[in-house]
Amino acid sequence: MAEKKEIIPKKHPMPAQEPVERIRNFNEVALGYDEETAVAEAKRCLQCKKEPCRQGCPVEVDIPAFIKLVAERDFAGAIKKIKEKNALPAVCGRVCPQENQCEKYCTLGKKHEPVGIGRLERFCADWELARGVLPQEVAPPTGFKVAVVGSGPAGLTCAADLAKLGHKVTVFEALHVAGGVLMYGIPEFRLPKRVVQAEIENLKKLGVEIVTNAVVGKFATVDELMEEEGFDAVFIGTGAGLPYFMNIPGENSCGVYSANEFLTRTNLMKAYLFPEWDTPIKVGRKVAVIGGGNVAMDAARTALRLGAEESWIVYRRSEKELPARHEEVEHAKEEGIKFAFLTNPVRILADENGWVKGMECLRYELGEPDESGRRRPVPIPGSEFVMDVDTVVVAIGQAPNPLVPRTTRGLELGRKGNIVADPQTGATSKPGVFAGGDVVTGAATVILAMGAGRIAARSIHDYLLHKRA
Amino acid sequence: MFKILEKQVFSPIIKQMVIEAPRVARKCQPGQFVILRIHEEGERIPLTIADFDREKGTITIVFQEVGKTTKQLGTLEAGDYIKDFVGPLGTPSHIENFGTVICVGGGVGIAPVFPIARALKEAGNHVISIIGARTRDLLFWEDRMREVSSELFVTTDDGSYVRKGFVTDVLKEIIDARGKDNINLVLAIGPQPMMRACCNVTKDYGIKTIVSLNALMVDGTGMCGCCRVTVGGQTRFVCVDGPEFDGHQVDFAELARRSATFRAEEQRALERHTCQCGCGGGK
Repeated sequence: MAEKKEIIPKKHPMPAQEPVERIRNFNEVALGYDEETAVAEAKRCLQCKKEPCRQGCPVEVDIPAFIKLVAERDFAGAIKKIKEKNALPAVCGRVCPQENQCEKYCTLGKKHEPVGIGRLERFCADWELARGVLPQEVAPPTGFKVAVVGSGPAGLTCAADLAKLGHKVTVFEALHVAGGVLMYGIPEFRLPKRVVQAEIENLKKLGVEIVTNAVVGKFATVDELMEEEGFDAVFIGTGAGLPYFMNIPGENSCGVYSANEFLTRTNLMKAYLFPEWDTPIKVGRKVAVIGGGNVAMDAARTALRLGAEESWIVYRRSEKELPARHEEVEHAKEEGIKFAFLTNPVRILADENGWVKGMECLRYELGEPDESGRRRPVPIPGSEFVMDVDTVVVAIGQAPNPLVPRTTRGLELGRKGNIVADPQTGATSKPGVFAGGDVVTGAATVILAMGAGRIAARSIHDYLLHKRA
Repeated sequence: MFKILEKQVFSPIIKQMVIEAPRVARKCQPGQFVILRIHEEGERIPLTIADFDREKGTITIVFQEVGKTTKQLGTLEAGDYIKDFVGPLGTPSHIENFGTVICVGGGVGIAPVFPIARALKEAGNHVISIIGARTRDLLFWEDRMREVSSELFVTTDDGSYVRKGFVTDVLKEIIDARGKDNINLVLAIGPQPMMRACCNVTKDYGIKTIVSLNALMVDGTGMCGCCRVTVGGQTRFVCVDGPEFDGHQVDFAELARRSATFRAEEQRALERHTCQCGCGGGK
């Protein structure tokens, strides 16, 4: 008879840098489990028959199997199991919204806290990275060439899967380093860039070639890649790289950044190391970040680390509707980020040199639910007031980057300029061209983009085999 | 890595380089630009393409040393490498047979005017070019501009070469002499105040004027919005919607303010650079 297990109701806490300390540095906030904690957390898993956690994973990781291996201290076996399905485990273990995915369905989670699946995934990936990554098996060459446009989560996943199937994959990246939003968008303190680059090095070991400084749509179009450079298929994963602005007066004042600019200067260009690194950034005393998503939290927390005295999240709905992950909101609060809910700017005020000196806002109240199901924010007439800020970061979302969609013949586009692709296959209206991630869905999560990359890789493989037949 | 094949020093602060960049050279068009980064810790700076050779796979850039990065670039020699070099970026110049076009190049802006003037001439235009600089030492490519122009006028602010006067003085004289109805388009590239001044001249005559804007940029692909500028009351991105715009619609005052955003930091980086590398920058 199996021994009856004593249930530990809560996840083992994630060791983290203390808030007072971390708001003055860019080091990673969450420090990761050690071996003993990981094993103890893995033993919380009930190894239940139904495995409901698996349905919550967009890339289909065999979660109970890898957790069992961790519990048995077979860490090498555990990471191997994860990597059968997930090309970027060190990334996913850090930035996936597990509470809405695998952990949401965990049987243990019905009465207690779910198993810390994300933390265990991160532990396994870090364990392997610290020891040097073993090469993975690659199928014999098929002779097919596939171009992957964009090296963010969707592109990297697609590239890894196709390379493992024996196809020759070339990834084209517009910026000077690969990684897309993992490099320019998500801050160092949430996702260290060495972790991203280590994962990309692993892809190169699969035979994936990465060409940086290559803007598809400019140096060559998708059509030219296929017709002149001999690619048999193309995957487009160019992301949501076009920032929305609010179109309010004063938005072009000095000291107003899009979240993309604010984060790109800081993360990709390492402006926090200026003047050792050449790219500057300027953050004033009081920063207002407009928006309530993960990007907004990242920007607000970044502003503090860049030396702001006060960093505000300004959001037009209430705390309940914040689209950011709960964990990110909690981290932000611990760090002293201030929240102005039910507030939205109507005008940015500038001084005589064109610099931000304040932001005129309106207070809102929640009305009837809108098409998204959330209660619609309604401005309260006469509630104008001026927020005393000198830096504004606009983090209200991004549209798909138009460079590739606009320069590719025969590609059906959606209303917002997104590429229309079959969610089951990633196929676009153009034969041999597949797409996935934010360029199809609009700004979403890393793991959904990875899931789309995986689905497209499978379809591209089928398409190529069919082409040969 | 991108190899510097040739370097020419036009003056202590204006230099020309030919860079091996076959992917850029294969597709670039007049009016487009590149972004380069010299080394790992470097910033990304945009430079308009001055010339290209598709067969040799090369791009020519001409730059004036103003900040740390351009000064550091100036210390590199033929045979050295630039870490990153991406392009062609931006929308190409609109080339057609307009009739008579005046191309104005001020200072280092002479370089990007060159391939556009050449394309306009090849398209059948009567191309009247005006090139000018502060002083004789800062003037370059007179011979090359003469080759691609139907007529060429040269001026220096201090009168050290050919004549004394601003390019705007010459521009006004030509328009007055030929009659405003006989000028179909003006193209002006150079420092922001010069482009603004040219637009002020042509606005009175109602002659459409194209300018090529040099806004601050980071990625150059429309991702960050750093380069946004107000044109005709609307926010546009210089990197993807431009760099060329109808100069009469551009809010130059806003552009100047935004361009100065990091002036203090730029100064700090420059001073630090001058102290350390011994290249004599900052003189």
